[in-house]
Amino acid sequence: MNFIWLFLIIISIIFGAINGKLNDVVNSIMSGAELSINIAIGITGVMVFWLGIMKIAEKSGLVEKISEILKPAAKFLFPEAYKENKKAIGDIAMNFSANALGLSNAATPMGIEAMKELQKINRNKESASDSMCMLLAMNTAGFQLIPATVIAVLSASGSKNPTEIIVPTLLVTSFAFVTAIFTAKIMQKFFPPQKVTEENEDV
Amino acid sequence: MFKHILDILSLWALPFIILVILITAFIRKVPVYETFVEGAKEGVNTTIKIVPYLTAIIVAVAMFRASGCLDFITAHCSGLLSKINLPAEILPLAIVRSLSGSAALGVFSDIASQNPVDSFTVKLGAIMLGSSETTFYVLAVYFGSVGIKKYRYALATGLIADFAGIVGAIIIATLFFH
Repeated sequence: MNFIWLFLIIISIIFGAINGKLNDVVNSIMSGAELSINIAIGITGVMVFWLGIMKIAEKSGLVEKISEILKPAAKFLFPEAYKENKKAIGDIAMNFSANALGLSNAATPMGIEAMKELQKINRNKESASDSMCMLLAMNTAGFQLIPATVIAVLSASGSKNPTEIIVPTLLVTSFAFVTAIFTAKIMQKFFPPQKVTEENEDV
Repeated sequence: MFKHILDILSLWALPFIILVILITAFIRKVPVYETFVEGAKEGVNTTIKIVPYLTAIIVAVAMFRASGCLDFITAHCSGLLSKINLPAEILPLAIVRSLSGSAALGVFSDIASQNPVDSFTVKLGAIMLGSSETTFYVLAVYFGSVGIKKYRYALATGLIADFAGIVGAIIIATLFFH
């Protein structure tokens, strides 16, 4: 991430200078910073609401029930979390379901709940555990049953049959999703393990 | 008919989930209001925690888009793309969809308005956009919420999956619509 971030900024300044767009680049720093705060404020309301709902789901035992149903998949994808933190599995399952249904507003708070649970059993609080990387792999691949936004844009542009992209999109998104999972699984084997900085305090 | 069912499904998904959660809680005698407030309290802190991560990535992406670098890449690769029968407009979409969701939607809307709506280009773009999630945004928000600074292989995994999605979209679109 260090490298990519540095690369994006340096490349932007150099290209801005060459293209005579340095002024735009400078302005984009201000507007980008402003935008990031607007996005954060924009998601706060949804975050607050869904974390409240999630707490109810947790207290009523629903989250645990879902993790029970998804045992076999959880064992394969999140072996650490499966052993040490059952609630994380339930949160992950809810995050995945919300994503699949295209409810990204609800999916993000659920995913963050899952991250908090995974952080509890993480042995180095500044570095991503294997389970976290797997959860991120599942989320960045963006598995979704119905690409509602795209269908809306197609409809608005006058497409006669915007739903015909559903099946091909589903094929592609499934392929990307499976690729993400297996890439994460393979990377686990070859990537140097986390440095352990502290003992696991929560279990 | 199919579209009608989809509309009903997307309308009912959220209310259904909320109903199931609340009714289950009621049956199990969970004090719903108190529990809601207790959980919701954490929401504000979480967003404050995310801000630095979000600002870092959004500013960098905004600078990158303003620099004209994307146009440069598109201009130099369009020859190469047309050799393998791909429209050049697809390239900015393929790059930007990992960086910024709103930018990707903007690029796609442009493609949809400047090409015949039932053309191969538009359909390929639709599949590409519909099968992706903004990798950098997801990383910033999820890791930011718990203060993870070392992403290990998470970014590489996300980008490999994004690339697989692009290749997959090209193959599938060609099979279905060419």
